[in-house]
Amino acid sequence: MTTSPPHHAASVRPGTGQHAGHPAIEFVGVRKDYLSHGEAVPAVKSLDLAIGQGEFFSLLGPSGCGKTTTMRMIAGFEEPTAGKVFLDGKDVTDVGPNKRDVNMVFQSYALFPHLNVLQNVSFGLERKKLAKSEIKRRVGEMLEIVSLTGMEKRQPKEMSGGQQQRVALARALVNHPRALLLDEPLGALDLKLRQQMQVELKRIQREVGITFVYVTHDQGEALTMSDRIAVMNSGLIEQLGSPRNIYERPASRFVAGFIGTSNLIDGQVSHVDGGVAVLDVAPGERVLVPVTGQVQPGRALEVSVRPEKIDLHRTMPHDSAASIVSGVVTEVVYHGTSTNYTVATSAGSDFVVFDQNAHDAEDVASRGERVFLTWAPQHSYPIGV
Amino acid sequence: MNRVKRTLAPYLLVLPGGLWLLVFFVVPMVTMLSLSLQEGDIVNGYVFTGHWQTYVEAISDYQTQMIRSLVYGAITSLVLIVLAFPVAYWIAFYGGRKKTTYLFLILLPFFVSFVLRTISWRMLLTDDGVLLHPLKEAGLLPSGFQLLGTPTAVIAGLVYNFLPFMVLPIYVALERIDPRVVEAARDLYASPATAFRKVIFPLALPGVFAGVLMTFVPASSDYVNSELLGGTSTTMIGQVIQSKFLHTSDYPTASALAFALMAVLLIGVFSYARALGTEDVMKVAAR
Repeated sequence: MTTSPPHHAASVRPGTGQHAGHPAIEFVGVRKDYLSHGEAVPAVKSLDLAIGQGEFFSLLGPSGCGKTTTMRMIAGFEEPTAGKVFLDGKDVTDVGPNKRDVNMVFQSYALFPHLNVLQNVSFGLERKKLAKSEIKRRVGEMLEIVSLTGMEKRQPKEMSGGQQQRVALARALVNHPRALLLDEPLGALDLKLRQQMQVELKRIQREVGITFVYVTHDQGEALTMSDRIAVMNSGLIEQLGSPRNIYERPASRFVAGFIGTSNLIDGQVSHVDGGVAVLDVAPGERVLVPVTGQVQPGRALEVSVRPEKIDLHRTMPHDSAASIVSGVVTEVVYHGTSTNYTVATSAGSDFVVFDQNAHDAEDVASRGERVFLTWAPQHSYPIGV
Repeated sequence: MNRVKRTLAPYLLVLPGGLWLLVFFVVPMVTMLSLSLQEGDIVNGYVFTGHWQTYVEAISDYQTQMIRSLVYGAITSLVLIVLAFPVAYWIAFYGGRKKTTYLFLILLPFFVSFVLRTISWRMLLTDDGVLLHPLKEAGLLPSGFQLLGTPTAVIAGLVYNFLPFMVLPIYVALERIDPRVVEAARDLYASPATAFRKVIFPLALPGVFAGVLMTFVPASSDYVNSELLGGTSTTMIGQVIQSKFLHTSDYPTASALAFALMAVLLIGVFSYARALGTEDVMKVAAR
């Protein structure tokens, strides 16, 4: 039986056979429990999610957060304990993986070790019973896209990690799936190759124009490649949004800590002045936070500031429009493009400050020195308000 | 000094085992080979004459038993593949944390002597034994039905005795298969049956190959099962060799038959390996 997701009126574009206007992938009220020692352990607690057509969508989170389980439910390897999964508006909750029009690139590539490159890439099309000449044409085309022409007769084990990765990609993409699922596909590659493949994947996605669902625990990878990111933690989506949105406006303490580096300040609102709340930290020091709506003085606020937004001064600056916090430098690490300072502050926690090495050939401050940190009010972001 | 030690170390390590094999394997083999080319009788003793005609006579006299043994061995191996594959498959993919326990259970009969186990089979298969009696009573089998003394009984006994030798290598091959590779096949539109045919079975072939080697050779040269479970029409070459040695003391014929059997098995095994392209199969298995 096929049902449509409740909030999408089914509209089939005549002639195309595709469900126009439907998300490529949709989860409605999905939960997934695993049995462990006779006890149900939730892997995904509650999931309502729509992934758009042609979107590069990332599921990001630490191991055990439920991102891989989510992807495996799209592929059809796991059946939800509750809820429904839709592909192109079609209910596929009870449909086997071989009958779903999505393909997967596995973390360890999972190439068929007894088949050569050509046989590996042809596997899906052969199962679909395409004509031999058609298979040959499409496989040839695909191998060209992933730059593997001439390697048709190689066995997987005779190839480098990067090449195996391309075979896995070709083996999935050659079927022209409605969505491509990638399970930490770059995890086994070294840094240089990984960065190269990131660009390559993005290019291929633009060329073929299909939905990519990308599972990763690497926040940098997710930020650079994705149209949208779902940050997952212990079976729930903590935040869903564009990379910029997630980086600049973390919705929770977890997201602020997991994506990039965050300096977190806990404080009480002393007064609100023109949409900016003022947190008194220490005499002469303050944290300014833009707030919307009603924020009463005395309310506790948690504020996140990114390390690259902060300026470091050796003397007390006279800028009443900026946040000011003082502290003592405990660590100076030179990184080439920037110098990273760790500062023990009066605001409580240690602050991390990234200082671009744009002008100064010398470090601004050295270990043990007293410094003043300033940043513009718009760079303070209140968490969970 | 250290250098010398290091160069000598591998040889020193090989020495005990090598000596053992030399004394207990090479020496008897050479003795047997020489015996097969001797003439004489047990009373007056045997003299080496290079009389190779013994081979011709022995083979022409006992070719029926020789061929029968190879056929029994082949059938045994085939039946074992059919029986052992599902068992190995189940343990490898559904055994969970109890895999070792299940494997141990498969090996459990080995803790009872080979002969004792086969004798108990004799009791099991006897005309009015626990197996046939109830079936005859229920009218499911004619009252004159016999198992003991038939080829079926001998092959059944061989299959029983060599089952673990087929289960274990197939299990090892299946156990090595990355489950993600099977998932990849399913993801690429293969039904469970197609995934088995196109991925699991080809990857398990090295195990099947090893299992056939480990069962066909000993089953073909076995003499206990036919002796205890078979009759006059099921005599295998192993029985002939045994009786020539122990009962008629015709050492040259016995040795000649033993060497002929060995040659036939070696040729069989090598052509089998050739035909299956084991080099490739083994290469895949080694990965």
